[in-house]
Amino acid sequence: MHTKTIVKLAQNLKDKDFSCVELTQHYLNRINQSDLNAFITVADELALAQAQVADDKISLGNVSILTGIPYAHKDIFCTKGVKTSAGSKMLDTFISPYDATISQKLNQADLVMLGKTNMDEFAMGSSNENSFYGAVKNPWNHLKIPGGSSGGSAASVAGGLSCFATGTDTGGSIRQPASLCGITGLKPTYGRISRYGMIAYASSLDQAGPMTKTAQDAAIVLNVMAGFDEKDSTSAEQKVPDYTTNLNDSIKGLIIGLPKEFFSSGLDDEVASNIMAAVKEFEVMGAIVKEVSLPNSAYAIPAYYIVAPCECSSNLSRLDGVRYGYRTKDAKNLEDLYLRSRSEGFGEEVKRRIMIGAYALSAGYYDAYYLKAQKVRHLISDDFKKVFEQVDVIMGPVSPTTAFDLGSVKDPVSMYLADIYTLSANLAGLPAMSIPAGFVQNLPVGLQLIGNYWSESKLLNIAHQFQLQTDWHSKTPQEC
Amino acid sequence: MEWETVIGLEIHAQLNTKSKIFSAASTQYGKKPNSQACVVDLGLPGVLPVLNVEAVNKAIKFGVAINAHINQRNVFDRKNYFYPDLPKGYQISQMDWPIVGEGKIEITLDNQTKIVGITRAHLEEDAGKSIHDMFDDNTAIDLNRAGIPLLEIVSEPDMRSAKEAVVYAKKIHTLVQYIDICDGNMQEGSFRCDANVSIRPKGQKELGTRAELKNINSFKFLERAINLEVGRQQDILEEGGKIVQETRLYDSMKHETRSMRSKEEANDYRYFPDPDLLPVEISDELLEKIRQTLPELPAQKKERFVAELGLGDYDADVLTSQKPLADYFEAMLEYHTGNAKLCANWVMGELSASLNKYQIDIQNSPITAQALSLLISRIGDDTISGKAAKDVFKAMWNSEDSADKIIQAKGLKQMTDMGEIEAIVEQVIANNAPQVVQFKSGNDKILGFLVGQIMKLTAGKANPKQVNELLRKKLS
Repeated sequence: MHTKTIVKLAQNLKDKDFSCVELTQHYLNRINQSDLNAFITVADELALAQAQVADDKISLGNVSILTGIPYAHKDIFCTKGVKTSAGSKMLDTFISPYDATISQKLNQADLVMLGKTNMDEFAMGSSNENSFYGAVKNPWNHLKIPGGSSGGSAASVAGGLSCFATGTDTGGSIRQPASLCGITGLKPTYGRISRYGMIAYASSLDQAGPMTKTAQDAAIVLNVMAGFDEKDSTSAEQKVPDYTTNLNDSIKGLIIGLPKEFFSSGLDDEVASNIMAAVKEFEVMGAIVKEVSLPNSAYAIPAYYIVAPCECSSNLSRLDGVRYGYRTKDAKNLEDLYLRSRSEGFGEEVKRRIMIGAYALSAGYYDAYYLKAQKVRHLISDDFKKVFEQVDVIMGPVSPTTAFDLGSVKDPVSMYLADIYTLSANLAGLPAMSIPAGFVQNLPVGLQLIGNYWSESKLLNIAHQFQLQTDWHSKTPQEC
Repeated sequence: MEWETVIGLEIHAQLNTKSKIFSAASTQYGKKPNSQACVVDLGLPGVLPVLNVEAVNKAIKFGVAINAHINQRNVFDRKNYFYPDLPKGYQISQMDWPIVGEGKIEITLDNQTKIVGITRAHLEEDAGKSIHDMFDDNTAIDLNRAGIPLLEIVSEPDMRSAKEAVVYAKKIHTLVQYIDICDGNMQEGSFRCDANVSIRPKGQKELGTRAELKNINSFKFLERAINLEVGRQQDILEEGGKIVQETRLYDSMKHETRSMRSKEEANDYRYFPDPDLLPVEISDELLEKIRQTLPELPAQKKERFVAELGLGDYDADVLTSQKPLADYFEAMLEYHTGNAKLCANWVMGELSASLNKYQIDIQNSPITAQALSLLISRIGDDTISGKAAKDVFKAMWNSEDSADKIIQAKGLKQMTDMGEIEAIVEQVIANNAPQVVQFKSGNDKILGFLVGQIMKLTAGKANPKQVNELLRKKLS
């Protein structure tokens, strides 16, 4: 039952093929037996209690499609009464006294939260190796990374440890692990989903989204996650459509843009041929393919690695050892308290980005770095704007390679290159997806779809149509 | 050498909104520590600020009241620094795009009027409080104040003496209360002043190096702290020394200022636009609406007092100098439509003297405006004399009783029965024949003696004016 989609499980629960408690127990057993290290916290008791509530509602016939579906929640979302660590020693002892808006919405939908998933510390990383709780293994090959930062969520869905998971994407943190683990991941338009209660990495880029087995499941979950939140001033007062309505629309005549910059050197040949084969499939389905150009995408990495560190250097200042979280022992004075709490509480990559950000925001450097990077963001957005005058959707690879070996990339800058194709969508605030599109040496390859603002329905429709024609998304690793 | 003092003020006015600037927590003063700090004020992971529109409206109100330029698109920035009472590790403030731009204020000192430029006024959140004397070895933190909206009003370095600085500060203090954006309570820290002070040789154009004085919580201390600092700077310069740009803390107990931090030690605040908040857009309609709701300002009120109530310039100035004083005076007029001048005299005379003596704010006056106006009515309708009224006032100050009740109890009511007065007058004329003869032979002064005799017999309750007239009539 752990390979089933939301749609199938909902039918099973409704038909009483098994109870929600049985289903939840099954997942909990799998989690406890798993050595993927996908979870930081397993919420056994809470999950079973929620399952019981769901069973009661099901027996009364008072259900939605998500009632009783067990999911895994990225440990970046605050969950009342449950540890919320963001993968950091800094918050190892932090039990949130409040629920993130997303957590609240998922609770209200009568979902069952199995636990909180492992992640790169404060969402900084592309391999999930930057977690205080240790690396996560890729379910397709335990020697490989699952991608990051939502690596635990991706591994959990791919490894059959949850039906779906939540993720967050600041520079590719939903799409890249979804790609490397062979699942479907959607980063919506910036502002589509409330950020309230989602521990901030880079506020102007962070966006939550669903990580699922199929595009149809993603549409169902997005229906619950999306919407304006008065607690988040950057969430949009944009109407939330039913994302499942247009899934079956024909994509005949769809115009696909392939940015030449996404197929340049650095892209693995076999990954490239899988992507081209997927594009071919779309052509067979009646789509038209055009080559387009995003000339400023080359500056996405430098712009991102200014904006994100600047924002994080400020966002993480509240973690000072004063009110909650890690505090060093026997501080001599206030400065010593700050210095040692933060030096001991944060991991290397987090400290690196805080340092870069604090430097770039310093007096005399602000214009040269932060302001310049913001200007580059505008240029990147303008590139997309022009392209979307000619095409309906942009396609390309999510990641230049398939999952690499755990421990193999030691140089931070090489690691940053893993996000080369995903960063632009965050900088421009556009919605983007990763969908399974093939395998290279038994490791999944993800196809990236980037849409215009608020075109989530269209992206899900395109992805769903592809999944009706292909079965990459239904392949499962051996352990499933 | 002759020195010229140059002063600019940074005034922090807490805006009197019900909830905080970025959270729904209450702003009430004096509550149990940390009882009014919600998850947003505590800076928990994941929380986000949401701008309180009321704070924006009040800032706009200030801007239109001083005819300043309003930046209809203004931006919140993060000012980054670490301090235990700053929960997020940054203060949300406004740097490049403050809500209120340039404006000006007219001040008057020793009959000289001058203009003080306002550079800007921006919105920001207040920090919490560190309490160092509650526990032996630890500092306690109270975050009730964290997130209370502040309007920081920055002046140009246009003031040339401590006295001018005080007049300017009082002017702002009065204004913010008039337009009801700040309660002006300096003891509770609702209205705080920092002074930038420098000196330069008279005639020199460029400014001297300045020191910023902090921790000034009364107008008296503002004047003292500035004069102290001017003296310190003069001593240094006259001995050939150099002024260091620094922040200095004023200690009112020791009457000294001491260095807090020099420019080199100052934080690099790493300002950048807060990505959690959208730029504030102020529509023409909102601006106009707030302009329309602006109440009568001190200058307008003063003009009206002179033109419509016939008060003198000085009286009108004093009565409008503080909002509560003006409110009290106007409340009296509501009950006592008669003599505004008499009301003004009593408010500025007996009432102010007593309030000063007992250090009571006029808002807490034991004699309400209504009660005082009743007393004044009793002078107007000749029930009591002005002299007796002062006794009644004293009795009212110490009791809850009304003027009428006291007049009754003390038997202070003036005699109004003309027949009774006439009888006494005739009795005095009969008993003082020699004095009557003197008067009739041209000694006008002797009349006073006769009046005195009559007043004695009436126990002071006769109206001296009436007695006078009656006496003259009888003797003519």
